[in-house]
Amino acid sequence: MSEPLLSVTGLVKSYPGQRARSVDEVSFTIGRGEVLGLVGESGSGKSTTARCVAALVRPDSGSVLLDGQEVTRARGRELRALRARMQMVFQDPYSSLNPRMTVEALVGEGLIVQRIECTASARRSRVIELLELVGLSADHLGRYPRSFSGGQRQRIAIARALAVSPELLICDEPVSSLDVSMQAQVLNLFRDLRERLGLSMLFIAHDLAVVRYICDRVAVMEHGRIVELGHRDQVYAAPVHPYTRALLDAVPLPDPRAERARRAAQSA
Amino acid sequence: MSLLRISDLRVSYPGPSGPVEVLHGLDLDVEAGARVALVGESGSGKSVAARAILRLDTDAALAGSIRLSGTELTGLPAKRLRAVRGSGAGLVFQDPLAALNPVRTIGWQIMQPLVIRGVRRSEARRRGIELLGRLGVRDAGHRFDDYPHEFSGGMRQRAVIAIAVIAEPKLLIADEPTTALDVRVQAQVLELLSGLADERHMAVLLITHDLGIVASFAESVVVLRHGRVVERGLTDDIYYRPAHPYTRGLLGAVPRIDADPSVRLATVPPGTAAADAGPGDDPGQPEMPGEKQNETESP
Repeated sequence: MSEPLLSVTGLVKSYPGQRARSVDEVSFTIGRGEVLGLVGESGSGKSTTARCVAALVRPDSGSVLLDGQEVTRARGRELRALRARMQMVFQDPYSSLNPRMTVEALVGEGLIVQRIECTASARRSRVIELLELVGLSADHLGRYPRSFSGGQRQRIAIARALAVSPELLICDEPVSSLDVSMQAQVLNLFRDLRERLGLSMLFIAHDLAVVRYICDRVAVMEHGRIVELGHRDQVYAAPVHPYTRALLDAVPLPDPRAERARRAAQSA
Repeated sequence: MSLLRISDLRVSYPGPSGPVEVLHGLDLDVEAGARVALVGESGSGKSVAARAILRLDTDAALAGSIRLSGTELTGLPAKRLRAVRGSGAGLVFQDPLAALNPVRTIGWQIMQPLVIRGVRRSEARRRGIELLGRLGVRDAGHRFDDYPHEFSGGMRQRAVIAIAVIAEPKLLIADEPTTALDVRVQAQVLELLSGLADERHMAVLLITHDLGIVASFAESVVVLRHGRVVERGLTDDIYYRPAHPYTRGLLGAVPRIDADPSVRLATVPPGTAAADAGPGDDPGQPEMPGEKQNETESP
């Protein structure tokens, strides 16, 4: 097997005033073009893990290698270069986009910071390309985030992340604040983007059905530790850890008959 | 006679250029002890309907009729309406932290609906602790005097449910009661609500966007979009024989843990938004150029 794109080893992060570690000896890899789902309940440490990988939070110990390069110790120019290779999409597209910036400025910011497109006209055409990639258009260039729905804002956030042509996209609950129809559209967009751009992703969500739709492998986190990690079909069909089983048993099915059958089985 | 009968309910809120109608003639019946789900996405008017039943928004203008146990609620004086809140209908909201008073103990808040109805404090306390225990709060006697910040999210929602049902309402209106909760806690809270409703023969109007929780909970479903009912029926009919393309789209858009993950999720057909929208209505989502609208057939 070729070298993984991302390799996380023994990641530890604790916050002052908390007895337990938020992230406790977490290790995993993500191959090129692979999507790893990370599921867990609130407080399980999945967001902190994402932030350590994205170099937004410095871990206490452990290593994060992106294509062989250490992320946790990178600073300054080196860190900026790494950020062009991995980008983050956040949960709340209302607070993650500056309300005073137009769509063009929001999506084009990374191009300036990373000195990818230095002329305004080249930048504009690249921004239009990106908007079309996520299902928006040149008509939206001069508009502000407030005039978009939650789903469209998340598209803008995705275009912004893709601007610097990252290899790894770190998505922290990117669809959990969206309505089901918007959620389906954005999930389908992630699938298309992955196919078209060969993106690798760390995809974090508390919704096990969402993660199943998008990932190749899945890691289950509880109390800061990964308790189970495996291929999607194996984890979902034959979970080994009792915590994974408990989570799967609690997922509601949009299917009255299946729910009745499950209830009967549980009370039997 | 229905426990709750809503006829041609129209709700408007003041806007910059005159009142804006957001609910355009809702008809809804809930029989005693029944479980009805009002399903819709944000902007569908489902929460507006919930809030209108107990007239929680003083700036909302209501037209039409809301009858609870035969009493007309629209136009009812505030004083008489207060008596309905709590013993006629209880209400549970999505966010338990916002629903609880942070400077009062959990127990004080649970006892209030009884205390203001003249029940002795010692009796109110006994019933409050018993109910909190019934709702799965371990060691309820000791936890009763805790403050909301000392409770976890799931425990807070149990406390909110206790407040809503302690005065034994005939109807519980639950507006996204489990959306803020983790999946295991969600399952527990729904199970508790279900058991409690059965024991007390209490009707539940469940308001949600989540078709997953509706399937196991409700007997009938009303689908709302842009302030109008697009479809209603028994739960099995809605899930297995949806008639409206919007309902089909909504069902097909939910990722399922038991479905083939390689099958693309459906998206809601865009044409129906305009068709449903009335005059002065929000135009809904602007078009999405480039979006693939591959609607797959039913889940």
